[in-house]
Amino acid sequence: MAEVNLGKPIHRFGYTSRKDAWWVKPLFTFIGLSAFVVYVTWAAFQGKHYYSGHYISPLYSPELFGDSPHSWFGLKPSWWPTWMPWSPALLILWAPGLFRLTCYYYRGAYYKAFWADPPSCAVSEPRKTYRGENSFPLIMQNIHRYFMYIAVLFIVFLSIDVWNALWFTNEVTGKTSFGLGVGTLVLAVNVVLLGGYTLGCHSLRHAVGGFMDRLSGKPVRYKMYKCVTCLNKKHMLWAWMSLFWVGFTDIYVRMCSIGNWHDLRIF
Amino acid sequence: MPTATFEILRGDANEGKFETYTLEISEGMVVLDAILLIQAKYANDLAVRWNCKAGHCGSCSAEVNGVPKLMCMCRMSDIKLDKPILVQPMKAFPLIKDLVTDVSWNFEVKKKIKKFKPRPPDAADGTWRMAQEDIDRVQEFRKCIECFLCQDVCHVIREHQLQDKFIGPRYFVHIAGLEMHPLDVEDRREDLKKTDGIGFCNITKCCTNVCPQEITITDNAIIPLKERVADKFYDPVKRLFAKFRSKKEQ
Repeated sequence: MAEVNLGKPIHRFGYTSRKDAWWVKPLFTFIGLSAFVVYVTWAAFQGKHYYSGHYISPLYSPELFGDSPHSWFGLKPSWWPTWMPWSPALLILWAPGLFRLTCYYYRGAYYKAFWADPPSCAVSEPRKTYRGENSFPLIMQNIHRYFMYIAVLFIVFLSIDVWNALWFTNEVTGKTSFGLGVGTLVLAVNVVLLGGYTLGCHSLRHAVGGFMDRLSGKPVRYKMYKCVTCLNKKHMLWAWMSLFWVGFTDIYVRMCSIGNWHDLRIF
Repeated sequence: MPTATFEILRGDANEGKFETYTLEISEGMVVLDAILLIQAKYANDLAVRWNCKAGHCGSCSAEVNGVPKLMCMCRMSDIKLDKPILVQPMKAFPLIKDLVTDVSWNFEVKKKIKKFKPRPPDAADGTWRMAQEDIDRVQEFRKCIECFLCQDVCHVIREHQLQDKFIGPRYFVHIAGLEMHPLDVEDRREDLKKTDGIGFCNITKCCTNVCPQEITITDNAIIPLKERVADKFYDPVKRLFAKFRSKKEQ
């Protein structure tokens, strides 16, 4: 017989009348996000094997400073503190990281999976107090739009990487020719998935037209709003696919760089 | 015919217990049918609120196996019958009797929301003109049947009982319908932040998941309102631009 509770809420972790496996989704979220954060942190601090010829890992692009041919401004900057480990990824990864951290989808997902706030719908929480996103630090989630602007720029940079990945240099003659490798496709899929995720962002939807009450008579803005809305409907799917593929793209480039995998040239 | 065992919460705000009823299930039956059958056969004093039995009146809200649902839209064929089916009143509201709760707090909240304030009429005859694409967005919010399942499942109300600081997803949907209306010129963003407590929503989407009208509450109402609040209170660049853009233009 079920427990009767007519009074105040019972703040006991996982207390619920639900009979389904409500814990499965938050558990998978916990495992998936934890695995990604652990891998990306490890990869970001490596500082090597992040490029292979004309391929560069998305965790290191754009490479502002570094010793690869992809570097924009040359070698490691002299102002970099000596006590701090150096990796080109550390200069840029904060931007996509904070974009995902403040993303509306991820917020809902990690509040459940990592903070049990609530663990799942209609399931009790371990804490009595709740402040929501009203005070520091969670009030900072409101600046998600600024990270969105930067994330859109990253899509441009990663698209340039795909363009560069279409040009193969002959090691003997030194001549460059147009071609397509498996690595090019891996990088291209990465841009498509990240594009689907970034361009379906709730803040972008608001910025392109959502803030207006009337979009009639503004055909370009209306079209943009419809496009972003279309991507936004599957925001969770884009979020997970792009997350997985970013990790896989880094692994692909890393394996090619180490020499464990050999990039297959299609033409 | 298969049989199902129901454990139904019987009692009032002071005391209650689960009582067990077993009955035969026929094809096409929903939970509300079973409850009404139990009421007719075994428990004439079982209190249950219902009206249309078609998912339109929003009266028969309850929790079936711990999940907030309209009993009339909950098919018996979707429920496993090997274990007792738990039927309880909505947890977020004070219990009156058995499956009936006092949802009057919701109506009090609604009274405090700034009303629809249209711009001056577009035509000399006192009428307005609206484009279909402008009204499409708020049309979804008009589907709400006020079943209050979203209020029931929202942990801010259910778990933390912040009714005095937070109006709940139902009323964010209501405000979204007003705030995004092409004719409305009222600004409710300050109320949303300061008295309606939109900052308490942490976007878990539970309200969207339980909505029987399939209103995309979180993505289409709450998050756009959060963004509008961010425009006014958290985005200095946007505020600068807003100085050059009148509400009329929006």
